[in-house]
Amino acid sequence: MLGVLFDGIAYGSLLFLVSLGLSVTMGLMNFVNLAHGAFAMAGGYVCVIAMTRFGVPFLATLPIAFVVTAIVGAVLERLLYRRLYGASHLDQVLFSIGLTFMSIAAATYFFGSSQQPMRLPEFLRGQVHLGGVDFGIYRLFLVAVVAALTAVLGFLLARTRFGAQVRASVDNAQAARGLGIDVDRVFSVAFALGSGLAGLGGALGIEVLGLDSSFPLKFMVYFLLVVAVGGAGTVKGPLVAALLLGVLDVAGKYYVPQVGAFVIYAAMVILLIAFPAGLFGRRR
Amino acid sequence: MSALRGGRLIEVAFWLVPLAAFLLLPGYLMLGSQILIVALFALSLDLILGYAGIVSLGHAAFFGLGAYAAGLLAAKGWGEPLSGLLAGGVIAALAGFVASFLVVRGEDLARLMVTLGIGLLLYEAANRAAFLTGGVDGLSGVAMGKIFGVFAFDIGGKTAYLYSFAVLLLVFIFLKRLTSSPFGLSLRGIRENPARMPAIGSPVRARLVTAYTIGAAIAGIAGALLAQTTQFVGLDSLGFNRSAELLIMLVLGGTGRLYGAIVGAAVFMIAQDYLSGVNPVYWQFWLGLLLVVFVFFARGGILGAVEAAAKRLGRSSQERAR
Amino acid sequence: MSAALRTAGLSKRFGGLSAVSDVSLEIPQGARHALIGPNGAGKTTLINLLTGVLEPSAGDVFLGGERITALPQHLRVKKGLTRTFQINTLFPGLTVLESVVLAILERKGLAARWMRPVSSHRAEIGEATELLATFKLDRDAQRRTAELAYGRQRLVEIALALATRPKILLLDEPAAGIPSSESVEVLGVIAALPADVTVLFIEHDMGLVFRFAERITVLVAGRVLMEGTPEEVARNDEVKAVYLGREAHG
Repeated sequence: MLGVLFDGIAYGSLLFLVSLGLSVTMGLMNFVNLAHGAFAMAGGYVCVIAMTRFGVPFLATLPIAFVVTAIVGAVLERLLYRRLYGASHLDQVLFSIGLTFMSIAAATYFFGSSQQPMRLPEFLRGQVHLGGVDFGIYRLFLVAVVAALTAVLGFLLARTRFGAQVRASVDNAQAARGLGIDVDRVFSVAFALGSGLAGLGGALGIEVLGLDSSFPLKFMVYFLLVVAVGGAGTVKGPLVAALLLGVLDVAGKYYVPQVGAFVIYAAMVILLIAFPAGLFGRRR
Repeated sequence: MSALRGGRLIEVAFWLVPLAAFLLLPGYLMLGSQILIVALFALSLDLILGYAGIVSLGHAAFFGLGAYAAGLLAAKGWGEPLSGLLAGGVIAALAGFVASFLVVRGEDLARLMVTLGIGLLLYEAANRAAFLTGGVDGLSGVAMGKIFGVFAFDIGGKTAYLYSFAVLLLVFIFLKRLTSSPFGLSLRGIRENPARMPAIGSPVRARLVTAYTIGAAIAGIAGALLAQTTQFVGLDSLGFNRSAELLIMLVLGGTGRLYGAIVGAAVFMIAQDYLSGVNPVYWQFWLGLLLVVFVFFARGGILGAVEAAAKRLGRSSQERAR
Repeated sequence: MSAALRTAGLSKRFGGLSAVSDVSLEIPQGARHALIGPNGAGKTTLINLLTGVLEPSAGDVFLGGERITALPQHLRVKKGLTRTFQINTLFPGLTVLESVVLAILERKGLAARWMRPVSSHRAEIGEATELLATFKLDRDAQRRTAELAYGRQRLVEIALALATRPKILLLDEPAAGIPSSESVEVLGVIAALPADVTVLFIEHDMGLVFRFAERITVLVAGRVLMEGTPEEVARNDEVKAVYLGREAHG
């Protein structure tokens, strides 16, 4: 019971890490980005390549994954995404599906469609025995990393000038512009940061979520769901939503394996019916 | 007036193409009926997306429902095709009607999530209910009877092709009527500005519920048609990829025109047949690239480009006449 | 006889913010009533409450004695309460004629029919053409609304409302966003509205308000500051201080 809860939390923290950037994209620019999972996948492959081809230790690959995907995100934002901010949601959907397909095809071309092997360093493997329950060390590590990052992000959003600008822009972009906030620049930075976090999540997640070229589509709905349920512009909303989904999904697969992913999709539809504007959403 | 008659002529010519293909390309009838069926499916999306402006990422749900309904009927011994087709349409319509209440109340993002969610939900349901649907192996043992008790489905696919063609043509005529009617105009009004419609006294939700239900029914008919003509239902008939590809072909052909759905489906299916034969990975890459390029440069689709060219041509010929 | 449009203690709160509080209006049939107030006074919110776009936090709306507080937007239109929008809210992809025909079909309850094409609805097309002619929009009838200049679109905005044959017309800044050289046409249209149509309009242009309004309600910070004839409003020191004064300086 406790073990399932813990696995769910670890899984949920990953979802949170990846989805946070998406919540900024959807909340700040009202941009439907179905390709967000591709950034997470990119981070995963960066991690794998760095480890297997260049012998970089696992922990050192994490910042690399973050930086590389952040740069990729920044470039794509500048070149492509930016042009579609005012476009219809249909255009955004088509564009991001296109991007997703391209990323999947490219990943298949370069790495094949099979699961990427992952060898964690010795000290992250195994279990610790605490109060009668076994906890996977890697999952403990995962939760710790995400908790630390959440604290940093919470601080960033609540206490810094940039955070204030992000919050103001999400709340009311027009008013924020009126106050002299460069909303476009705020979004560029937030987009890069969000992509980086997704990349980091993808790298951290290889052990938990797996990594193959179908990753962006396979997890797309989870990321979207975190945002739809959690709302945008806060750290708290997506965090609660991600943990909730993580626990639900793991519990569903553990206790009623014959129904499988059905649980999460049913939960999704029910949550969307009950909270059309998200758990912490505000009506526009 | 003569422009109108010219339009009619082009329409007749358009519908002669699939008939000519039947006579001239007997080796491609299987692909041909697939194109006709997918075109029907694309038409159903055109009604709700192209006319009513509802973005859907899960339209395959209704296609799959229709396919499983018709397929299961036949597999359990009821092989009469037309009633099976009707059953597929009715079941999908019922599901569409229920789903529509969720779909019409939200904004784009909520709609995307709901349609996506419903699609995935049904996919998982079909996947898990293997005792009924065959799960990942698909539903086989679909044994079809004769159409009108006369025309049996043949190996060469002649009956399947003509059957699909007839259904497509009938549904098309219905949709043509529907979209040029006051109801169709009100859907376009909703697409153009959902905020103004209630201010001129229009019950927006009721209209969208109707449109969505009709769209679902037609998707169900298309699914049923596929199940009957291929005598097989795969899990992929419900999948996200099918919904996404449908969206792509409709936009490729041009939305809100009906003919765009058919042209898009034909071009897409032929390109897929050719290119994915070369290498499926490349196909997906080029498809993605096409979409991205498309969004930036050619939003009217193929028919949009043709219309623009025709307009330019018309204008220059008018100038010459002067 | 009951008023054409009446509100009782109408209030709307957004979170902690009171946009409209305790507004009670009474507008007799055939009135030309203006609603003025500085920016953020809650004028558009009030229109949204009257038309059913927003649900009030408290209070009621009565239409000819009938309580319509909970009635959806489109049914209020059916009862003769129609609005225009401050910012053009039109159908950019439809032609001007199609837009007006659509409004007429909706009024007649024909818009859900699907057997006959729109083009065979001669009566409705005829009525729309006539309506457009009174707006001098007939030469634009076949053009897509998006192709028209903003000032011309402003006329379509009002034509669409009139196509519903309103008993009460709410005009939200009808002359907003168009140069005064073009506003003549809009003003002409407003002046020519049938006398039995009750008109409530929001306007910033004081010249326009004093020209058309028989009575004026001044809204400040969501509350009714005063109501009276144009002369009374013009004389009122409070109004001058809070609204006209600011306007003069602004």
